Amino acid sequence: MLSTAEARLPKRPQFIGKILLQVFLIIMAIVQIYPLIWLAFFSLKDNSEIFSGDVASFPKKLLWSNYAKALSDGNVMNYFNNSVLVTVASILLVLILSSMTAYAITRMNWKLSNTTMTLILLGMMVPIHAALLPLFMVLKNLHLLNTYWSLIIPYVAFGIPMAVFILGSFFKGVPREMEESAVMDGCGVYRTFFSIILPLIRPAIATVAIFTFLSCWNELMFAVTFINDTHFQTLTVGMMSMVGTYITQWGIIGAGLMITTVPTVLIYLLLNKQVQKSMIAGAVKG
Amino acid sequence: MNSVFSNKTAIAIFVLPTLLIFCGIVLVPIFVSSYYSVLDWNGVGKGAFIGLDNYVEMFKDPRALHSIRNSFLFAAASIFIQLPLSLLLALILASSVKGEGFYRTVYFIPVLISTVVIAQLWSKIYNADYGLLNTLLENIGLSELAQDWLGQKKTALAASFIPTLWQYVGYHMLLMYAGAKSISQDIFEAAKIDGASRIRTAFAITIPLMKPILKVCLVFSVIGAFKVFDLVYVLTGGGPLFATEVPSTLMYTTIFNTYRYGYGSAISVFIILECLVFTVIINKFFKTE
Repeated sequence: MLSTAEARLPKRPQFIGKILLQVFLIIMAIVQIYPLIWLAFFSLKDNSEIFSGDVASFPKKLLWSNYAKALSDGNVMNYFNNSVLVTVASILLVLILSSMTAYAITRMNWKLSNTTMTLILLGMMVPIHAALLPLFMVLKNLHLLNTYWSLIIPYVAFGIPMAVFILGSFFKGVPREMEESAVMDGCGVYRTFFSIILPLIRPAIATVAIFTFLSCWNELMFAVTFINDTHFQTLTVGMMSMVGTYITQWGIIGAGLMITTVPTVLIYLLLNKQVQKSMIAGAVKG
Repeated sequence: MNSVFSNKTAIAIFVLPTLLIFCGIVLVPIFVSSYYSVLDWNGVGKGAFIGLDNYVEMFKDPRALHSIRNSFLFAAASIFIQLPLSLLLALILASSVKGEGFYRTVYFIPVLISTVVIAQLWSKIYNADYGLLNTLLENIGLSELAQDWLGQKKTALAASFIPTLWQYVGYHMLLMYAGAKSISQDIFEAAKIDGASRIRTAFAITIPLMKPILKVCLVFSVIGAFKVFDLVYVLTGGGPLFATEVPSTLMYTTIFNTYRYGYGSAISVFIILECLVFTVIINKFFKTE
């Protein structure tokens, strides 16, 4: 059967088909990646080269001073540090809070555990638009606008539902015997959780960390609303003010955009299997 | 054993802080927004209760209706251009072509990059004088097509769709690829033995079996279109002359530029309801199919 089916397909068209397929895939790859390469190129050029109509080619002379200027004069160093601080704090808090809660919901015995899970998962449906103005008013009344907390608290709150969902589904897969033997050995619930169970779900922790990193690092709406003091601005907002300041100096703007992008792309290239898995896990939420 | 895992204090310590933050920041604000939306209020002092007037005004305001129309066009562009392309790429990559892993990695890169960066990058691509697009058109002898893509009403809307479609093609591709890969290989073997061509196999077997993930992608692209903010805010700010305005940018300017807190909240409640209703509709549609 198999041989007759294969014999019916002539070899040559199949070969041509494969080449056409590869050509299509390569064209798509160029479409997806070339704008970013173009950005990398013009971040290393000066205005005379960019505006001479030769905007697309490799830079004649690599102008790293654009990066130095963006970091110092453009304030990008400050934005970068703020982004790192807010993102790292949010990731840690999301991990601590969500892992404890997911554990209590999936592995401990109490009446309202299912209700609590449903309530938290509902949060995945809520667009941040809904919270923008009420949060702005609360933060204003608490005098928290223009502080790191005004970003960290909302980022953590909106990161919790997805994190509880992902961590919870991993906790469910841990065999009961692990806990039983820990308790036999005299561990209390805290020790069982922190030193026995938590280390078992490292992949889920990585998934949540990556997910939270991406959403905090790239977030704009809260960042632009809750902070207008340059001192506390994160990269996304900082980029907008930088573009305003350096309107015609594409090289420096390009350098700023590159500095915003490189950490994400680096993490991706190092962990690309894990990142792809995280994004799939985040989407397929039951 | 049981007593250890029914420890009420431990449960409280594990759950209460999370629940407090979550309810305070995510759930309660929805109700607060709904309350604001029935007020005529500029943020100072007490607002006056005006019932559903803000909603009535929204459905009469040509600017608001236009922004809603734009978000629907956005959704349509995503459904009819982006998703088919993602599906095509996913099916090709899932059929074990050479370089599968490489292409998947490359197509996915734009997904990870901040929308602010994407928008700035595309505003340079579209730049009328020195942009990549016009330079490209001039180089291939189509200089009469070169124009100020974001600066004129007739091209601005389409030009602001393209970066989003471009950015998230790889995302939907990845989800669909995972869906296609999770189908048992036996089925494909059987199809091959029966002599089904690749294209027939795709339409008769792969795509129908990918329904659950296609539903997820459809929900994401529709909801994503209704919520779109970053890209439009940075790329055009809703201009020129409101041509590219979407509900969330209108909400933003209504609240923070014209201080109409009540009206802006009505728009935000509308966005939530819109997302909810369409999620339900899409789920129903896939169930009856």
